[in-house]
Amino acid sequence: MSLELRGVRKSYGDVEVLHGVDLTGRDGEVLAVVGANGAGKSTLIRIFAGAHEMSSGEMLIDGEPVRLRSPHDAHERGIRTVYQELSIVPGLSVTENLLMGRFPKRRSGLIDWPAAHRKAKELLDAAGFGAIEPRTVAGRLTVARQQMVEIAKALAGEVRVLVLDEPSAVLAGSDLDALFDLIRRLKARGVLVVYVSHRLAEVMELADSIVVIKDGVIIETTEPARTSEDELIRLMAGRKLEQIYPERRDSPGEARLTVAGLSRRGEFSDVSFELRSGEIVGLFGLVGSGRSEMARCVFGAEPASSGSGAFRSPADAISHGLALVTEDRKRTGLVGGMTVLDNIALATMRASTKGPLIDVPGRRERVAGMIDRLSIQPARCATMPVAALSGGNQQKAVLAKWLLAEPRVLILDEPTRGVDMATRVDIYRMIDALAREGLAVLLISSDLTEVLGATDRVLVMREGRLAGELRSEGTTEDEVLAHAIGVAA
Amino acid sequence: MSVNALPKVSRDVLVTAAFVGLIVVMIAVAAITTENFLTQTNLTNLLKQMVTTGLLAYGMLVVILTGGIDLSVGSVVAFSGILTAGLVSSLPIPAAMAVGVVSGIGFGLVNGVLVARFGLAPFVVTLASLTTIRGLAFVYSEVPIAPEDPAFFSLGSAMAGPIPVSTVIMFAVFLVGGVFLTRTPAGRSIIAIGGNAETVRLAGINVRRHIVLAYTISGLCAGLAGVILASRVGIAQPSVGVAFELDAIAACVIGGASLAGGKGSVRATFGGVLVLVLINNLLNLYGVQSFWQQVLKGLIIIAVILAQRTNRVRA
Repeated sequence: MSLELRGVRKSYGDVEVLHGVDLTGRDGEVLAVVGANGAGKSTLIRIFAGAHEMSSGEMLIDGEPVRLRSPHDAHERGIRTVYQELSIVPGLSVTENLLMGRFPKRRSGLIDWPAAHRKAKELLDAAGFGAIEPRTVAGRLTVARQQMVEIAKALAGEVRVLVLDEPSAVLAGSDLDALFDLIRRLKARGVLVVYVSHRLAEVMELADSIVVIKDGVIIETTEPARTSEDELIRLMAGRKLEQIYPERRDSPGEARLTVAGLSRRGEFSDVSFELRSGEIVGLFGLVGSGRSEMARCVFGAEPASSGSGAFRSPADAISHGLALVTEDRKRTGLVGGMTVLDNIALATMRASTKGPLIDVPGRRERVAGMIDRLSIQPARCATMPVAALSGGNQQKAVLAKWLLAEPRVLILDEPTRGVDMATRVDIYRMIDALAREGLAVLLISSDLTEVLGATDRVLVMREGRLAGELRSEGTTEDEVLAHAIGVAA
Repeated sequence: MSVNALPKVSRDVLVTAAFVGLIVVMIAVAAITTENFLTQTNLTNLLKQMVTTGLLAYGMLVVILTGGIDLSVGSVVAFSGILTAGLVSSLPIPAAMAVGVVSGIGFGLVNGVLVARFGLAPFVVTLASLTTIRGLAFVYSEVPIAPEDPAFFSLGSAMAGPIPVSTVIMFAVFLVGGVFLTRTPAGRSIIAIGGNAETVRLAGINVRRHIVLAYTISGLCAGLAGVILASRVGIAQPSVGVAFELDAIAACVIGGASLAGGKGSVRATFGGVLVLVLINNLLNLYGVQSFWQQVLKGLIIIAVILAQRTNRVRA
């Protein structure tokens, strides 16, 4: 099926975010959409999904103009969308999540559970995710596996267009291979796959055609063979990026955080490492290796079973100069309903009082300074709900919250997940600048390029244990991966 | 022009204006269509009747902001009232009243600890304390207690110029309460907890302590409301205050508070109290039979909330 957009415009209130988008996708094609923060990618996806109606312009399916009034409309026409933000119901089983609303029933009208589990298993197998057990409670799965359930769910019934929003953001290793394999099979079946991703290496590998969106217009339509990653970055950012990662010259100072023999039952054990002033240390591990759990434990969010170096509570950690940027900014980084200002000021509220009351002007000034320093867009966003910011800017708001606390040790868990390249570069530069000021930084990442490029040395975790420590310079991605999956000598 | 085309500030102004407009219209209708509305007796009564709902609504708002609910406030009103009336014979009146208020604080504290420390569902905890505290009120005295000392009535009946002292106390609670929620770290934390408790915990804020604080504030308000009510009526009954929690919740919801927590305003809740009290007063003046009053009140609440929802969907 071919899908075409002609002169699509979309306004929210009196702000127009798409200014006449033209786009064509053919069946059996992978169409990659790339663009910076706030370029209009998410809006475009919502229009495909029927979640938002375009303000003007038209959509043609196989040459016929159609109007999608609701997600249901899109679904009926075989257009399926998997959003970056998961919609899994954590308390229900994988089967229930997959078949919600269309369970096989017995003659009595009750749900036929054996048939339901069989059907769920078929869906998972067909998607290539046979490793997931249908009876598992979805909330117990890793984020990567939840993402896979989400994709399998989208594939039920007749699919003609599959829109994937940052599908690989949480996947690594074999999970990622399974996804790529699935996309290739869908393509062979004649499905149009619209692939929105920040990972340009993937885009170059998978896509048949690539469109670059910037400031609400398509500025380039190209193919992997005719372009390069550098070229795409330049187009997205609108400027030439000499280098993504700043040059590191580490000269670490005194120890800022010493963790020794730290364990938490069922999650990780006997982890020891040291972070020194002025250095950026990467922490790599596949999903499930215990890296995030370990960081949360050090920060005092969960108690340790044994070992030293972890703090009693987040408050204790913060008072000792720690800051933790968690991996899931929606669930643990931001208070969605509150303003940007309230969010950025959250961790420093006690410190910004005059008598019993909050020093409102002082607080506003400090927050404005942070918005400026991190160039959070739009610049006058302090009174906006934080949920109205784009993903990259939300991430910057989380960083701003912690930088206001003036930490001495900064732990960043997947700080560039779902963040576009230009904002990534901003974040790498900022981390580098902070390290130069003497901060100790722990950068947790499942992105091999990042974990080697942005750091001085790399710790690798596997199955809850520290499996290796490598100098970033001169180490290859394969070497890190070998430690992470346990094939290193 | 649709509402969402307006910048945020003027949209807020618009919603507030619509709300104020509703209240003004209700007052105007009342003034024009009834003889008694604008009489001093009725207005004074109105101001006095506001006190209970108002105090309970503020406390309820604080709890609702954390994402919780406090169903026990009606029972606390009964208990603190009857305890105070019972102690009048053995204690100086101010001391008896203070004990009544403190009993409310105590119940709030227990609710808060059960919710925060033991992680029990607020609905279940306060449903249990609703019945427990009601029972305790009857255990303390099965029959109404009517103190004879006229000083007992002064808190509920004294006037500060044209305004009852009890109403002034309620205004003060809203004023101080408003500053508490908007300008203090504890108040901001309470709102943030309702929005996303885990984020707040990781920001180094003691979530449990703030939840306990919220229920304690609700208990304090209910205790105070009970003492004032007993003093106004002149007689404390163990059966008073049944379903008061529903009016308090309704006031918050009419004021746009989200029962999921994290969203709600003191000013709008006060508006909600006004709307509810005016509805009651109007239906009384029209001589509507009390069971029909309940029906009508329910329907009016739904209408107000629906009107707001339309607003929000457009926004």
